[in-house]
This record gives sequence, structure tokens and C-alpha cells, in this order.
Amino acid sequence: MAIQTKDIYKIAAHHRFQWEKAQDCYVILFPEGMVKLNGSAGEVLNLVNGESTVESIIEALSKKFIDVPNLAKDIEGMIELALDKAWIEKVN
Amino acid sequence: MEIDKKNNGVSASTTATQPLWLLAEITYQCPLQCAFCYNPTDFDKHTQNELDTESWIKVLREARDLGAAQLGISGGEPLLRKDIEEIVTEASSLGYYSNLITSGAGMNEKRIDALKDGGLDHIQLSMHDITEEINNFITNTKTFKLKQKIAAMIKDRGYPMVLNVVLHRYNIDHIQEILEMAEGLGADYIELANTQYYGWSLVNRDQLMPKKEQVLHAEKVTNEYRKRVGNKMKIFFVVPDYYDDRPKKCMNGWGEVFMIVTANGDVLPCHSARVIPNLEFPNVNDTGLKGAWYDSPAFNKFRGDDWMKEPCRSCSEKENDLGGCRCQALLLSGDAESADPVCTKSPNRHLIDQAIKDTENPGVEAKPIMFRSNKNSKKISDGEEKERLAKFHATP
Repeated sequence: MAIQTKDIYKIAAHHRFQWEKAQDCYVILFPEGMVKLNGSAGEVLNLVNGESTVESIIEALSKKFIDVPNLAKDIEGMIELALDKAWIEKVN
Repeated sequence: MEIDKKNNGVSASTTATQPLWLLAEITYQCPLQCAFCYNPTDFDKHTQNELDTESWIKVLREARDLGAAQLGISGGEPLLRKDIEEIVTEASSLGYYSNLITSGAGMNEKRIDALKDGGLDHIQLSMHDITEEINNFITNTKTFKLKQKIAAMIKDRGYPMVLNVVLHRYNIDHIQEILEMAEGLGADYIELANTQYYGWSLVNRDQLMPKKEQVLHAEKVTNEYRKRVGNKMKIFFVVPDYYDDRPKKCMNGWGEVFMIVTANGDVLPCHSARVIPNLEFPNVNDTGLKGAWYDSPAFNKFRGDDWMKEPCRSCSEKENDLGGCRCQALLLSGDAESADPVCTKSPNRHLIDQAIKDTENPGVEAKPIMFRSNKNSKKISDGEEKERLAKFHATP
């Protein structure tokens, strides 16, 4: 699924995104399932809040991870994956 | 995380990751009498010593600290307890994703609202068939209309609608209509769970087990339906392991992900683990969950693969299924450390082949079903029905 830089997404209905202290990572919880997110996936989904555009998520993470090459492409890839898995849904 | 090597006859290559899933089997009482119930046949002896609310809240807190994030509140019928609302509220404040697993009996408008207010995340409702006749027959109760009503109530309150349908020879041919019913009710998820033979379902195996062509048909219809409906309704098809040639990776590994606390406080790595003799399971009245999970001999017994015998030990596929189900190995072959008889490499595979052959023999299912009732449980606890059990159980 192709995404646009002006798109805004939120965590999908019936899904919950939260930090798990015992696991030391972000997770997505939903009926009958739980996905542990690796560090970068967690950072991206933490900014998927129903208000920020894809563009602004890329901008925010670019400031945080200055030396990472192809960051924008990775972030878009992560959002596409989350959309494909139905963890997030489009707001606008 | 590696844990210390214990010198108590316990596997050394233990993995002991964190529990992610807590199943609270909060009561064994149930108004339904389903012939396929996986609860222990001797549940009757645990109906008088149920944990109180305070103990359950302690269980929730300790399991959450260990890492459990998914909570299933099950039974029996959990709604028979008056403190489910209190327990759900605590679970929500601790950050669990909570699931009430119910037959619908005991639910009403007031309770479903209170549960929503308490933060319950979803409700999994059991359904049995599209016909009132089969529903009422297999549960031995008149509950068909109730379930339709509760399904509508779940949808109306904005919960994700998760339906669970246990499949057996009486309903498996209705799979298309069952899926249509689920879609019509607005189900977000449907779990088509082929009966696994433990507890009451093992006692009734001859009566419940479908023929091979029934299973193949159900699988085909399900795959076609899934293609059509896509993400709108997620369909899980739990395969019947008897018709496979490799065993299931039971519970995703013994003591790896799941922790079950039973009505009387026993802490188990799987629903039916207590069938294995000479294993003493921890109880929350005596020990904390941390000790139960990491240090108890019972939880460490089948972690990793040091416990394996041949043909599992040198099998190139052992990582795929970890030798299958320990309880099934014990129940059918008499040895919990042997390969799951479902595996075609097991020397006991003939036991499964015989069961499959029996599905073609109309004489075999002629015995009446033994429904899951307190009366029948008492009978089994008292040693009656030995002959019937002996047919399936390798151990006395």
C-alpha cells in the first residue's frame, strides 16, 4: 500500500500500543495477539498518534537520528508494513 | 534470559523467557455441559476451593510484573463469579489487554456496561452451530437464542467481536453457514477450533471426531472464505492435529509464553498439565508466580530439549514442534517424555491411525456422549467409568 507524506495515521481500533517494561520494548496488543516491536519500529509507531503527518514523523525522527542513512525510506516502509498488518488506520 | 542450572533432575538447556500470556481459569463451574470441554474431567474436586478476589488481584499483579500483557479470563463460565468486574478493573489499571472468554451465560446489559467501564478490551463468545438443535445438543442446554442475543450486545457496546466455534463431527459440515452467520453478526475475528482431545473431549472422542473428508472440506471452504473476506473478518483455523503428520508446537513451548492459574490456584504451563503424574505443580497459596515460573521443577521439566528421547532427540525437525504435546504423549502412550503420537516418526502413531479408522466405523460412536456435568465429574473422580477412560488413557 503506497502512503503519502501528508497522510495521518492512528493506532487501529481494537489495538493498543504501549511500552512494556518487562520486555523493554513497545508492543501492539489486539484480540488474541501481541507483537513486540524492535527499537526503530517502536520509535516510528510511537509518533503515529492521529495528529502527525508522515512528513512530520520523518522530520522529528531525522532530528533524533542524525547519522542514519535512508531514514525517510525506512520510516515509510515501517508505516506501510503497519498499515498492511492493520495495526494502524488512516485518519485523513 | 538464561536461568541457573538446577540440579534437581531438571533440563539444563532451559530458556525461561517471560510469560506473555496469563490465562485465569477463574472457576470450573459452568451452566453449560459441552461434550468437548477441555477442562479436567475431575474438575468437581476443585469447585469448593476457588481463589478469592484478593488472591486473584495478587496473581494479576505478580504476572504483570513478570511480563504478562495478554490476559484471558476463562473458566468454566467466568461470569458465574460476582467479582469479574472488580478483577477486570484491576487488570485494566495494570495495563493488561484483557479478554473475557464466555459462553454468554450470566451476561446482561448491566454487567456488559460495567465491564466496559472497568476497561475490558474484548469478549470472546463461544458459538456452536447455525442450528438451535446442534447448539442445544452439544452443550446439553438451551442456549442458542442467548448466544445470538449476547453477540448483538457485544457488537452494540463497541467491543471487538471474537467468536470461537469448536468444530466436531456434528457441526463441521456447516462451516460455510457458520462463517456466514459470523459475518452477519459483524464478527471481527472468528476462531474455528477443531476439537483437541483432552479432558471431556477425549472421553467423547469417538462421538466427536470428524472423518478426514469432513476436515478437508472444512479447510477448503475456510480458505476460500478467507480469500473473499480479507481483513474484514480474520479467520483462524486451528488444525486438527490427528489429521496431520507432525505434532503441534504445543503452547508454543512448555513454560515459554503461557502461564495458567486454575480456579484453585495451581500454576500450570498448559491447561491439562495436571494429567502428567509425578509432577507437582506450584500453587499460589504456597508460592509466588516468579518462583513458580522460573524455579519450579514442573515448569522446568520440559523446557528446552534435554528431556527428549528418541526419535525426537536426534530429529532434524525438533525445533519446529518441540516434540509436540506432553499431555497427549502421556494420555495416549503412557509416557510424557515420548514423542507426541501424532508424529509419523513416533512408534505410537498407530494409536492415532486407529482413532482415524474408528471414525469410519458407525458402531464405535454408538455409546452416548458423557456431558461435562458436576455429576459426571464426580463419577469419574470416584473411579466409575474406568472402562470408558481406559479405552483412551494409557495410564490407570
